[in-house]
Amino acid sequence: MKIGRLSLLKISAIAAGVTLLALIPWVFNPFYTTIAIIIGIHTIITVGLCLLMGYTGQVSLGQAAFYGIGAYISAILSLRAGLSPWLAMIIAAVTTGAFAYLIGRPILRLRGNYLAMATLGLGIITFIIFREADSFTGGLTGLSAVPYLSIAGFVFDTDRKYYYLVWVFTLLILIISQNIVNSRTGRALRAIRDSETAAESVGIDVPELKVRIFTLSAVYASIAGSLYVHYLTYVGPQPFDFLFSIRLLLMAVVGGLASIWGAIFGTAAISFLGDSLHGFGDLESIVFGFILMAIIIFMPQGLWVHFVAAYKERREKAGKMRQ
Amino acid sequence: MIISQFIQYFISGITQGSIYALVALGFTIIYSVTGIINFAQGDFVMLGGMFTYMFLHTFKLPLPLACILSVASVTVCGLLLERLAINPSKKASTVSLIIITIGASMFIRGVAGELWGKDPLPLPPFSGETPIPVLGAVIQPQTVWVLAVTLIFMLLFQLLLSRTLLGKALRACALNRRAAGIIGINVRTMSLLSFAMAAALGAIGGIVIAPLTLTSYDVGVMLGLKGFVAAAMGGLSNQAGAVAGGFALGILEAFGAAYISSAYKDAIALLIFFVFLLLRAKDLASAEAER
Repeated sequence: MKIGRLSLLKISAIAAGVTLLALIPWVFNPFYTTIAIIIGIHTIITVGLCLLMGYTGQVSLGQAAFYGIGAYISAILSLRAGLSPWLAMIIAAVTTGAFAYLIGRPILRLRGNYLAMATLGLGIITFIIFREADSFTGGLTGLSAVPYLSIAGFVFDTDRKYYYLVWVFTLLILIISQNIVNSRTGRALRAIRDSETAAESVGIDVPELKVRIFTLSAVYASIAGSLYVHYLTYVGPQPFDFLFSIRLLLMAVVGGLASIWGAIFGTAAISFLGDSLHGFGDLESIVFGFILMAIIIFMPQGLWVHFVAAYKERREKAGKMRQ
Repeated sequence: MIISQFIQYFISGITQGSIYALVALGFTIIYSVTGIINFAQGDFVMLGGMFTYMFLHTFKLPLPLACILSVASVTVCGLLLERLAINPSKKASTVSLIIITIGASMFIRGVAGELWGKDPLPLPPFSGETPIPVLGAVIQPQTVWVLAVTLIFMLLFQLLLSRTLLGKALRACALNRRAAGIIGINVRTMSLLSFAMAAALGAIGGIVIAPLTLTSYDVGVMLGLKGFVAAAMGGLSNQAGAVAGGFALGILEAFGAAYISSAYKDAIALLIFFVFLLLRAKDLASAEAER
């Protein structure tokens, strides 16, 4: 990213965004800091899903599995083996990535419906393992007293401290993802999405690239899982079920499947909506199901991309009128 | 003793398997006519049981009438799903269609939870609970109902496909939608019909199994997934294969739960599916690409 090429408007928008982000824990009620931490963590997974689904055209309905694997490995290593949480986090990411790579090779040969069902099945199997393998995962009770993350004696044990840590990760991952999308690799991914045959014919190693992006999305989810578990200092199977995979899908869809920065918007919108619908029984499921259908039918690029496009169009019109 | 146990597991396997078979059949009908995998297929099964419970207990209707009305109601749900969500997005990609039917499934589940609560609901057995002894094992009368009803409707469906003009039109769409349209078959109507039939078959399965397994707003996900596993093993657009896949899965699962681990019962079915997918990934990929 070259600052010189960015318009003044963009720079001020970024500055405003960063300032707002930095101020959240000081301006708003502490409750919002907690929500913002969770939004940051979930955004990391959503971005991975966007890279995989929106840019490469491959479905995953089991992203919660990698989130969970990352969380459990991090918890078990730091709790039982006494490793530093940072080391646990790195080992978790590498292991999850290796697992995704190995399983991705055969699975990503499948397309469309089969791939969707295979990833859905993967998510359900891992959930069952989290729930049933008591000796490793603590079963339904889960594992508690997972240590906090710390740097040179500075312990991330309050919401405010953790908030900044999470958002540094989130923004870094968003920037990395944006750079991937803008790179040669990003163009290759979009080529695969539009036509695998055409992509192959111009020399793109389609199977390898698909597996790599699948692996990357799994590593993202694993990092998110580690961040989650060292924040709550507890892990149980419940957040990694099939419904969470679908909620991630919803977040990606609302932000726009092919939009990196939309992921923040989608994740935040669904988190707030979920919170305000909480306590109204199954209203959440009804509303979310409806949104999922309505967005894909009426604005398949996603709510965020739709708004941005509408805004740009209006500005262009206004610009022409001034001339 | 061992043999009677074996028979017992086998019976529970084919009972559960017949429901998987009905769900699988629903998948294949919609898939062969429209190329869509309907993730809400399992929810039709759930709705079948729920609507019957409602007509029976809330409206105090007699059981046979409640069953008929329930099938009719679920069929209407299938029609609405096709008209309101699938039809407006005909040109959408496979990924989009998957997301739409997932949304529909969530929506239906939410409405069901809202209407009927989260507790599992019972339906009365159709003809008492006196067990029938068979070779040292016992069969619940309801099991006989499940098997009989499943087989009858599968047979009726097969006859519809093979002996009627409508069946011919449906088969034509399954072979080649564009060609079917060119020779004057209304492909849109066939798509609508396929959703209606899949919904009705799902509802029937849900009604007959509910007295044995209870019915609950969230049974659809697992039933749908397993029905898909069965359909995929049978070849997705092959009706006979789907039915065979359903029974095979039910039996494997029953023995897996008995001899390996009941906690991992659902995982066993899915692992079988994985092995199958991995073995056949290449053929399946090219089959999808042709669509």
